[in-house]
Amino acid sequence: MEHPLLEMTAIRKSFGNVTALEQAQFSLEKGEVHALLGVNGAGKSTLMKILSGVYSQDEGDIKLNGSPLQLRSPKEAKEQGIYTVYQEVDTAIVAELSVAENILLDTFAGGSSFFISQKKLYDDARRVLKELQSDNIAVGQKAADLTLAEKQLVLIARALVHSAKIIIFDEPTAPLSLHESAKLFSVIEGLKAQGVGCIFISHRLPEVFEIGDRITVMAEGKWVQTFDAKAASQEEVVESMLGAKLSNELVHRDHEIGAPQLIVEGLSDEGKLKHLSFGAAAGEIVGVVGLVGAGKTELAKALFGESKLTSGTITLGGRALKLKHPSDAIKAGIALVPEERRKEGLFVQESLSANASFPNLRRFSPKFFMDKRAERAFAKDIIGRLQIKTDNTETPLIHLSGGNQQKVAIGKWMSLDSKLYLFDEPTKGVDIGAKVDIFKLIRQLASSGKSCVYFSSEIHEAIGISDRILVMYNGQIVKEFSRQEATQERILLYASGGKEERSENRQQPERKSHTVSV
Amino acid sequence: MKTGSSPKEKAIQFLFKYGAIALLAIIIFYFSTVSDAFLTYGNFSDIMRSISIVTLLALGVTFTLVVDGFDLSVGSTMSLSTVVTASLMVWYDMPLWLVLLLPLLIGVLAGAVNSFLIVVLGIPDLLATLSMMYIVAGLHRTYTEGYSIYNNMPLTSGGTAPGQLSEAFLWIGQGQMLGLPVPVWIMVILVLVSYLILNHTRWGRVLYMTGGNAEAATLSGVNVKKVKFTAYVVSGIFASMAGILFTARVGSGQIDAGAPLMMEAVAAVFVGYSVLGAGKPNALGTFFGAAVIGILLNGLTILNLPYYAFDIIKGGVLVAALAVTYVYAKKKFSKS
Repeated sequence: MEHPLLEMTAIRKSFGNVTALEQAQFSLEKGEVHALLGVNGAGKSTLMKILSGVYSQDEGDIKLNGSPLQLRSPKEAKEQGIYTVYQEVDTAIVAELSVAENILLDTFAGGSSFFISQKKLYDDARRVLKELQSDNIAVGQKAADLTLAEKQLVLIARALVHSAKIIIFDEPTAPLSLHESAKLFSVIEGLKAQGVGCIFISHRLPEVFEIGDRITVMAEGKWVQTFDAKAASQEEVVESMLGAKLSNELVHRDHEIGAPQLIVEGLSDEGKLKHLSFGAAAGEIVGVVGLVGAGKTELAKALFGESKLTSGTITLGGRALKLKHPSDAIKAGIALVPEERRKEGLFVQESLSANASFPNLRRFSPKFFMDKRAERAFAKDIIGRLQIKTDNTETPLIHLSGGNQQKVAIGKWMSLDSKLYLFDEPTKGVDIGAKVDIFKLIRQLASSGKSCVYFSSEIHEAIGISDRILVMYNGQIVKEFSRQEATQERILLYASGGKEERSENRQQPERKSHTVSV
Repeated sequence: MKTGSSPKEKAIQFLFKYGAIALLAIIIFYFSTVSDAFLTYGNFSDIMRSISIVTLLALGVTFTLVVDGFDLSVGSTMSLSTVVTASLMVWYDMPLWLVLLLPLLIGVLAGAVNSFLIVVLGIPDLLATLSMMYIVAGLHRTYTEGYSIYNNMPLTSGGTAPGQLSEAFLWIGQGQMLGLPVPVWIMVILVLVSYLILNHTRWGRVLYMTGGNAEAATLSGVNVKKVKFTAYVVSGIFASMAGILFTARVGSGQIDAGAPLMMEAVAAVFVGYSVLGAGKPNALGTFFGAAVIGILLNGLTILNLPYYAFDIIKGGVLVAALAVTYVYAKKKFSKS
């Protein structure tokens, strides 16, 4: 009876008190592409790091071709033929060395012979690149001059030199263009034909279905389900990834929308923003969606008085605002939950109560001296209202999880009666449970008559939470969708600089336009 | 973190919280067994008076460290204030209120220049205040032409100086009140005021939060530039008060009075990090740090240890305090 190429069963791994993996399992056949999916923090990368020898598991077995295996270091994993192509290719590439040297790095770095024959080096490198249909890359040039996609190929080539049995692709397509991704897929097809087992990690569902034979979903450190890619649908996979709880929370609920509250006209700053005009009504959640670098964060900060405006007006509740400093914005009734919460939103070494009271210190020090009892009472109130998981108002925030930290970053504005809440990527690096709580909270704010602007690159989340969606591209608002019109495909098309008329004429299916990113 | 900590971790936690106090108790106990003169009221009031000037300097440094800055120029500012105070009386025969006010304004000015360099020009605090340390030191030597200032001193322009250090002024440095030297009263009051402001008021909270994360403070509506400006001005004022006190204590305007005290003040602040597990600059800790160093030096003097070896002891105490603080910080914040 034939054994599968790789079998990982009942893997458990914990870091301190945190259990990263529990009953995780994974298997891989020869010549198979097995995709691994899950939201951030689901345990994909921990599992893969165990497979590549970076971590060792606390419990569980790894079998290669049926024989048990203990991987104590990345070197041992490589000796067993397990290679990883990381998303951050630059960490694995030596920029100053030539392509050939990079491909054969392990052979001469650990090799026994002192002298290196350049001719042999180049010939070997060329041979491997040819296997990858990539002999257009000159083996003599410096690796620093390669494109990202080419660097990836160099890393794949490096794995092939050692007749890799398993190659782990960790979000390989994230930085690639459509064309480059297509090329990568044909390379992966080639690897399959050679009997190499490929593990493919990606957040883009359509390509997972395109390239994968099987799909395994992980959530919260556990194996959830393994699908046959030919038989499964995207919806099934998404549901298994997010769980019914979140899908349900993402369904829109109607609530009343009041009079216009925020009116922005012709806003430009010294850098990115170009002549933006939009508004938000009381009780309305406006989603501002764009890819990374579209200018969302810049817009959020401009509305909060953090950057210098060159033109335009901001009116809130009928009053024209002149924002020179965030303190002006706070006084005017604006709250910002910034993207980089640890860097910009919180004082992680300080206690929850000190963080929570900070934006409105006057309330907690009516007679100049701090009223620590009032502070603690308010902290308790926030812990209850936002369901923050902590036992103590005085614990430094650094001990809290990302999701709970984010709740504090939001909760600290609750002592002020702000009119407008700006949320910049509030679900970034936050686990599912906390995400649901954050959505609930934003809904509550809206239904109590606050205006919320929700900046996000997670399109499906923005559709779920927003009443109206503005699409940003290159510092401008390029399209507005009502909630009924908004679909992932249409939003993504505009967010990547496209226009609908053109794409409708083209019959070819646009891969990117179907991307679901989770 | 609190659950399931090993004996080793518990030991570190204990050291972090009570290590400095335990050390002080051991030192006092040891010296009192070897010398009868040590554990007396007179000797302790001497010790407190001897650390009063360093403590004032150190309080100023504390404020700059709280906002995540650093002020190396306090020693020079104190020197300048010392000679200006003396000269106002000896050379210009000014009334007492002006004699006390003008040096304080010099402190404000020094702090303002420091903050201009750091906040407006963006020079790193260590380098900016290092430059100021040289400039101010040079200024005070130029001002006195290198001479110390004393009563009835001969002037380079011929004749003798018209004024004297008044009795009322000298009382500040040499007088007694309710059984304690006046400088000790001044120190105790300023330590308590600093403690109350830093730990129990809105301002203190803003200062600490700005030091903890300036970006987050800005996005919470704090004008970080103003806060830093204030901290450096406070530091300058404390340095000039130390200078005034020094003149009154010694009874003359010595040049270079502040330079040797600067590093001692910085050491006191860092020893203070480890008091009661604060792990950050704090007023009571600073006082405590100055006291530890003062008591140690006093005991060593009584033991007749050579003076030139004292710096080794000072350095040793500083290393021990820092080790406890940072080993603990590494443990506490290594996770996540």
